[in-house]
Amino acid sequence: MTRWLALTLANVMRQGTSLCRAMAIEIDIAHVARLARLDLDEDQLAHYGAQLDAIVAYAAEVQAVDTSDIPEMSHPMGMENSFRDDVVVPSLDRDQVLEMAPAQEDGAFLVPPSLGDEAEEGDES
Amino acid sequence: MSLADLSITEAAAGRRSGDHSFVDLFDAVLTRANHTEAQLHCYLVIDHRGARAAAETADGELSAGTDRGPLHGIPIAIKDNMNIDGLETTCASQILSGWVAPYDAHVITRLKEAGAVLVGKTNLDEFAMGSSTENSSYGATRNPWDTTRVPGGSSGGSAASVAVGSSFAALGSDTGGSIRQPGSLCGVVGLKPTYGTVSRRGLVAFSSSLDQIGPLARNVEDSRILLEAIWGHDPGDATSWNGDYPDISAPRVDLRGLRVGVIDQLSGDAFEEAVSDATRSVLDGLSDEGAEVGEVSLPGFDVALAAYYLVAPAEASANLARFDGVRYGLREDGATSEEMMRVTRATGFGPEVLRRILLGTFSLSAGYHDAFYGQAQRIRTHLTAEMNRAYEEYDVLVSPTSPTTAFELGARTADPLSMYFSDVATAPSNLSGHPAISVPVGLDEGGLPIGFQILAPAFGEERMFAVAAEVERLVGFDTRPVLAAELA
Repeated sequence: MTRWLALTLANVMRQGTSLCRAMAIEIDIAHVARLARLDLDEDQLAHYGAQLDAIVAYAAEVQAVDTSDIPEMSHPMGMENSFRDDVVVPSLDRDQVLEMAPAQEDGAFLVPPSLGDEAEEGDES
Repeated sequence: MSLADLSITEAAAGRRSGDHSFVDLFDAVLTRANHTEAQLHCYLVIDHRGARAAAETADGELSAGTDRGPLHGIPIAIKDNMNIDGLETTCASQILSGWVAPYDAHVITRLKEAGAVLVGKTNLDEFAMGSSTENSSYGATRNPWDTTRVPGGSSGGSAASVAVGSSFAALGSDTGGSIRQPGSLCGVVGLKPTYGTVSRRGLVAFSSSLDQIGPLARNVEDSRILLEAIWGHDPGDATSWNGDYPDISAPRVDLRGLRVGVIDQLSGDAFEEAVSDATRSVLDGLSDEGAEVGEVSLPGFDVALAAYYLVAPAEASANLARFDGVRYGLREDGATSEEMMRVTRATGFGPEVLRRILLGTFSLSAGYHDAFYGQAQRIRTHLTAEMNRAYEEYDVLVSPTSPTTAFELGARTADPLSMYFSDVATAPSNLSGHPAISVPVGLDEGGLPIGFQILAPAFGEERMFAVAAEVERLVGFDTRPVLAAELA
């Protein structure tokens, strides 16, 4: 790693970590992975959990700015809703769309059952 | 000199004066690709048949008297996160491997109308997430100036192909610097226009409030030609700008009295000495020609990168929810729908994409949404206001494009934060939505290119191009990468 990077990183990590402690952030990585619908094993959870701790500690720098009177940005150019006329226009052909699916039947996407043993055990949160 | 080394304007003029055909141009690009792809890996796919047919059609049309303008018959490369009807769009991800796009992206329609020859799809960091093109699940792209180094990213395949001459110009997408930073590292011009001015219909979404398509080219005029061809309102993209667009047909500026603001926060120890020296040299040149160069402090830039790495992953986590093994792409087995989705997603996404989905999901989760995503979006408002105030005193703002020249493959892959710092000078313009361009201005002691960034206010493209062209003229950068020079 070049010198500047070491300097910059050390600096932001110091600031970030202290802010992070002030906010008492604890990342429940297994919970986050469940929310994101990602099937990660214990090693992966530990790996990404440690990286997220460092990145979030850095990102917590944003707390340093007083934004109490500042609105959130949604569209950078301030554009509001964009409407079109309520008329039917050509769209992709249904068969062509279904052709792209991993599994299809009778004009519909085919998926495994929604309810299984896992769901019945109430594992979802 | 090979035809592959001509500029777009030279190639277009040569065809009309009978020096060569459009098929000759395509052949030259293909020959260059054949000589360099094994080393560089710019392309994920070259559309040999389609591109040759397009070149033949272009020749036929022009001979019959139909002239579609400056891009007619010009070979252009497309980053593989934009749809070309009938070709695979992979986003360099296993989750989309084998998926064939059923329609053209708006920019592709526009390029086809302009008569361009679409050479193929270029490599990228998976889903455009990265700054080195090492996050491609199909293998990294290498820098034509030094093949032990990265081309930058995420539009690294596009930038490297333009630099080496396996395309005349290319399209990239820029969410935090993904056009400008690889442009800088590969010694070509790269620009991000004002947010909303180029339709994103048919671009696979990464971060919807930041993503913008733009050109990579070997000079400022070529990049202007390409932008003029692709921008404009498109009802097919709800974020597409539906107001007035600036006239960029003939940008010009008088350097005498031009007010140039050097961004204080983008200098100092964090920037390599050669990069700072090259920047200083450009500023001296501008001063000599009568520009008023001053320093401007923008404290918002100190937290911009942190805000960027909250906003972009948050929006990515939402956008990438659509890859669930149901409607397209990879599907792994699972006893229930949800298990199928969880296994498919964990298998199909690579490490950087998983990391950003986790980060984004966390920063949007209950209890943290306002402190992280909300705060980052407020910082964008704050930063944009700060930049707009600076534009009351300055016509353009400037900085180096990248803190460093091209780094070695593997140098930053183990430490995500060190990779993220590659975007420190470029991400602020995505947060504000303002246009910015990177122009090559020199080489470091190792012979690696250095980029100079010019930022302009919203819809300030005319001024941005005019100043960029002046910088290009002052610097006279016309060095080609070693690989291209050997083959010329």
